[in-house]
Amino acid sequence: MSVAKPLPHDAAALHVTGQARYVDDLPAPKGSLHLAFGLSEIACGKIKRLSLDAVKAAPGVVAVLTAEDLPFTNDVSPSAHDEPLLATGDIHYFGQPIFMVVADTHLNARKAARLGQITYAEETPILTLDEALAADSRFEDGPRIWSKGDVDAALAAAPRRLQGQVEMGGQEHFYLEGQAALALPQEGGDMVVHSSTQHPTEIQHKVADAIGVPMHSVRCEIRRMGGGFGGKESQGNALAVGCAIAARLTGKPCKMRYDRDDDMMITGKRHDFRISYDVGFDDQGRVLGIDFTQMTRCGWAMDLSLPVADRAMLHADNAYHLPAARITSHRLKTNTQSATAFRGFGGPQGVLGIERVMDHIAAELGEDPVAIRQRNYYAAMEGGELSAPRPAAPPDSISERKKMGRGVRYGAEFSPKPVEQITPYGMPVTDFILHEMTEDLLARSNYHARRAAIADWNAGQSILKKGIAFSPVKFGISFTLTHLNQAGALVHVYQDGSVHMNHGGTEMGQGLFQKVAQVAAHRFGIDVSQVKITATDTGKVPNTSATAASSGSDLNGMAVANACDIIRDRIAECLAELHQSRKEDVVFADGEVQVGQTSMSFAEAAQTAYINRVSLSATGFYKTPDLSWDRMKGEGRPFFYFAQGAAVTEVVIDTLTGENRILRTDILHDAGASLNPALDIGQVEGGYVQGAGWLTTEELVWDDKGRLRTHAPATYKIPACSDRPDIFNVALWDQPNPAQTIYRSKAVGEPPFMLGISAFLALSDAVAACGPNYPALQAPATAEEVLRAVGRARA
Amino acid sequence: MNVTFLLNGETVEITADPTRTLLDWLREERGLTGTKEGCNEGDCGACSVIVTDEGGAKALNACILFLPQLHGKAVRTVEGVSAPDGKLHPVQQAMVEHHGSQCGFCTPGFITTMAAGHLAGRKDHDDVLAGNLCRCTGYAPIIRAAKAAEATEVPPHMADTPPKVPAQPYAPTTLDELATWYATHPDATLIAGATDVGLWVTKDLRALPEVAFLNRCVELRAVTETEDAIHFGAAVTMSEVLDVIRPLSPSYAEMIRRYGSEQVRNAATVGGNIANGSPIGDNPPAMIALGATLHLRHGDETREMPIEDFFLDYGKQDRAPGELVTGVTVPKTMDNLRCYKISKRFDQDISAVCGCFNIAVENGIVTGVRIAFGGMAGTPKRATAVETTLAGQPWTVDTIAAGAEAFAQDYSPMTDMRASAAYRLETAQNLLHRYFADLSGKPTSVLEVSG
Repeated sequence: MSVAKPLPHDAAALHVTGQARYVDDLPAPKGSLHLAFGLSEIACGKIKRLSLDAVKAAPGVVAVLTAEDLPFTNDVSPSAHDEPLLATGDIHYFGQPIFMVVADTHLNARKAARLGQITYAEETPILTLDEALAADSRFEDGPRIWSKGDVDAALAAAPRRLQGQVEMGGQEHFYLEGQAALALPQEGGDMVVHSSTQHPTEIQHKVADAIGVPMHSVRCEIRRMGGGFGGKESQGNALAVGCAIAARLTGKPCKMRYDRDDDMMITGKRHDFRISYDVGFDDQGRVLGIDFTQMTRCGWAMDLSLPVADRAMLHADNAYHLPAARITSHRLKTNTQSATAFRGFGGPQGVLGIERVMDHIAAELGEDPVAIRQRNYYAAMEGGELSAPRPAAPPDSISERKKMGRGVRYGAEFSPKPVEQITPYGMPVTDFILHEMTEDLLARSNYHARRAAIADWNAGQSILKKGIAFSPVKFGISFTLTHLNQAGALVHVYQDGSVHMNHGGTEMGQGLFQKVAQVAAHRFGIDVSQVKITATDTGKVPNTSATAASSGSDLNGMAVANACDIIRDRIAECLAELHQSRKEDVVFADGEVQVGQTSMSFAEAAQTAYINRVSLSATGFYKTPDLSWDRMKGEGRPFFYFAQGAAVTEVVIDTLTGENRILRTDILHDAGASLNPALDIGQVEGGYVQGAGWLTTEELVWDDKGRLRTHAPATYKIPACSDRPDIFNVALWDQPNPAQTIYRSKAVGEPPFMLGISAFLALSDAVAACGPNYPALQAPATAEEVLRAVGRARA
Repeated sequence: MNVTFLLNGETVEITADPTRTLLDWLREERGLTGTKEGCNEGDCGACSVIVTDEGGAKALNACILFLPQLHGKAVRTVEGVSAPDGKLHPVQQAMVEHHGSQCGFCTPGFITTMAAGHLAGRKDHDDVLAGNLCRCTGYAPIIRAAKAAEATEVPPHMADTPPKVPAQPYAPTTLDELATWYATHPDATLIAGATDVGLWVTKDLRALPEVAFLNRCVELRAVTETEDAIHFGAAVTMSEVLDVIRPLSPSYAEMIRRYGSEQVRNAATVGGNIANGSPIGDNPPAMIALGATLHLRHGDETREMPIEDFFLDYGKQDRAPGELVTGVTVPKTMDNLRCYKISKRFDQDISAVCGCFNIAVENGIVTGVRIAFGGMAGTPKRATAVETTLAGQPWTVDTIAAGAEAFAQDYSPMTDMRASAAYRLETAQNLLHRYFADLSGKPTSVLEVSG
């Protein structure tokens, strides 16, 4: 049995020996050329004069291209065709590519790219939310508004009411491997592109448009990325398209990789948000009505901002039943990098909004915030009596089992039905398990006793204060653009029984390839070492969706299982006929194939099938069932299910300097019946630290000219080794997903990111120990912001 | 320049461009692509390699390491960490078993840094790995792996012996030689650890027509102690300084522990951090607070001065063309010295504010006071108004409050991406309060609190 095993990452041995190849490591053919972009040095205006003589004359330069030199479309946008590869005269942000240098070496290209002499007619840039609002600079005609119930009446009638606001900064992906692409020109105008991308089909599509060929003339391949986190969903387009155009022009292989500073200056980041709230609640802290306004800076181009802002709205409830809610979303257009996908895709921002509200209500009522949260939770899953977690064994059949291990209270036709609670967007929440997860985590982390001990400790300290906080996450799984919820696979079994596996998902470190290989091995009853994992390739599996939305294992695992089952059935049919048995009675397990009384190795079975002229190659396909979603109305069922989790974090702050640190974190996370607990725990640990980084040390700073001042690790501080919690306990809930996913597992890529919110709330709790006022901590809670909040708490 | 060194156990003799980085050479000339470029400025550690010289093996960032710096040394890359027969090194094995890699791009740098730590028997893994960034794992499994590998033996192939090599003109071995050459080549760039100059090349893309490398100059590499003072040659690394300071001042040592990272401290030098005149270097404020003496040499001429006098203005030091910093002499008495480094991140971050306090109190009265800050002005600078306010006063909360007020006279800090002017000033004031509490034994550091 291969699924549910804590196997290492498939490339672990290659990683640790330096043999794992990334795009820039591929041996480029002799004579390969290298690209670099010349960037704008203003945020808004027009190019008056562009003199590139010095660039052209620089050592090693082969060609210099501007927008006018592009042969076909000048577009690298993933959405609205509003993102030219090279500026067409209008400058939209500081760092926008204006021209492209093709040179003999990477260094010569970089040097030449700085020699452009450009004069601009500078205009006043729109940089901030307030400036954009004032100028009505936005995407879509006006704000998107979704509502449920009569919010104004609910607010007016509520016994208590609070208003507040939380700002949250953006976040640089800081994938350790910068963006990179290599284009290899082929005969007849075809192009092969190696791209560090989460979305090979999009690269194929954009490259095809840029060099004027059908998609079948372009093949995109990616074995692995050195981190993606959403930053390689659309941001790799420019490099791949640039390389393909230059390769077409010169007939030479062309390669481009951004220097780190260029990468941070050019590419998009997480959307920053300001969320304000007006909430009505009762004396127990139960929300009766809430009015959210979400504002986000989308940057200069649309990119993926609409679905990101949608997902922020879709997570405005997080884990809480909101009887009446209105969510107003402003998608503002600014002269900054075009904000893009980043792990959570707007979800974290929406979740932080409601978590702030819960915290604020608790402060107002003087109650433990956990109690307020529990009172506002959605109703437990049908039959949701508290149950302890147990190790989940994968069912042998993916599709046959329904909800397991749970009684049904109201089974009969005329029995009373449980009250169905729906989200603000009209989707019933039927799989809510946070009640029991919360109880379990509070006990594991000894939350209540520690909270009391911290209060005692704080009473004896004048300079240092501790804080502790709990936060949950309920994250909707599926692409909200419904058609993206599909995946394909290609599986070959060779006559020696070895298996070649390919699917549309990409590997960026999350362990997708290994998890899916475990699925394939399990379907054939063989060891995972017999399954060869191969690079994602648009020539093998077409029309793929981005590896995004945490969907990789759910979609590709199912597609691969489908392909494996087709081949397995063919082998079974062949063997059954040969051995006068029934197809259904052929068993694939433990490396053996059992047919009647006969047992043979899988290799012998494959050999037999081959001899008998059975096709041992199949494509597989999967589409997520039961989805329907109207994003304009904000109504429907955008998600297949919800993945959940919870964390308790303890911190300490210094009230003289605002310095702060995480002392302990306890996490209980719901990965369904985990396909690979080791890899899933890795996602949880890493997601938490990345989430905590977003809300603490990671601060993006633009100056008043719109120039990003934090464009390298010297100035942009992601968590370092010692920033992880001193004590870091992570456990999986490990109960089967009620939804029929691959072996009842759940998606795990993004949800744990939001557990980092507990660190932010713990800091707020520590600050609150300094004085009588609600500290209204803003994010990122740098030392400077914590010190400001201490001042607010005391004032 | 002719450069000879060992690469994964084999002798390499090359003619190198003076500012070609080891990273580029490994990847582009040798096809050793295990060593990765993550930032090209020494801040992420993805390019870490192990370099062995007479002082032992240490991790360095290959992206800001120029080939001539390697003359006479031994280099081991990730490809040379596993045994020649392919057997995994214990840290490699532990990283696989503990799921320490996800995307794998930072992993080779972690492996080399961990292997260097393993070689030295280090168990302070957070410090060893402070200069290696990972964006995937949250570090927990990496630390589990480092701990698991602690007890394992160092594989024999890890022992590198640096080759004996002839002296090269670009790397003078005596101070006389160097001073004479520099006096006649005043426009040349002197390169010690290249943690600053490296970025002129990799980020500013500057050409450096004339260079000399200091790391083979015996006098500049020396640490000499007398009964009451220590002399650090200008090319002594901050790692070496840390070893000397550790028994003398836990607070100063703690600041140096957070200075750059392991890889940066292994390269960065005392002299470089002074001579570049950076207003945000962490060591000068400590040395000013201690009352250190700076030594310079121009040809045959030598002179010395209180170190604070060297820093004239932003980008301007009291150093003539062709004159070089040769070292600094520091008093050994540092009982009252406290160094407070305030930055966005604790490890490997440039300070927003670095405050160093050295105040003597006798019979309840302030009898001596030296306070210096980095990050508060265009240079590392003494807080003379604060010092005046405190001198001769009783050591009380009221005196501290009055002293704190005076910071506004000493400093008009700026707002930048690290901190606002208001935060810098408020923090400087508060650090005086911290010093008072610290000397009275109260808990003042979040780094010393446990959950």
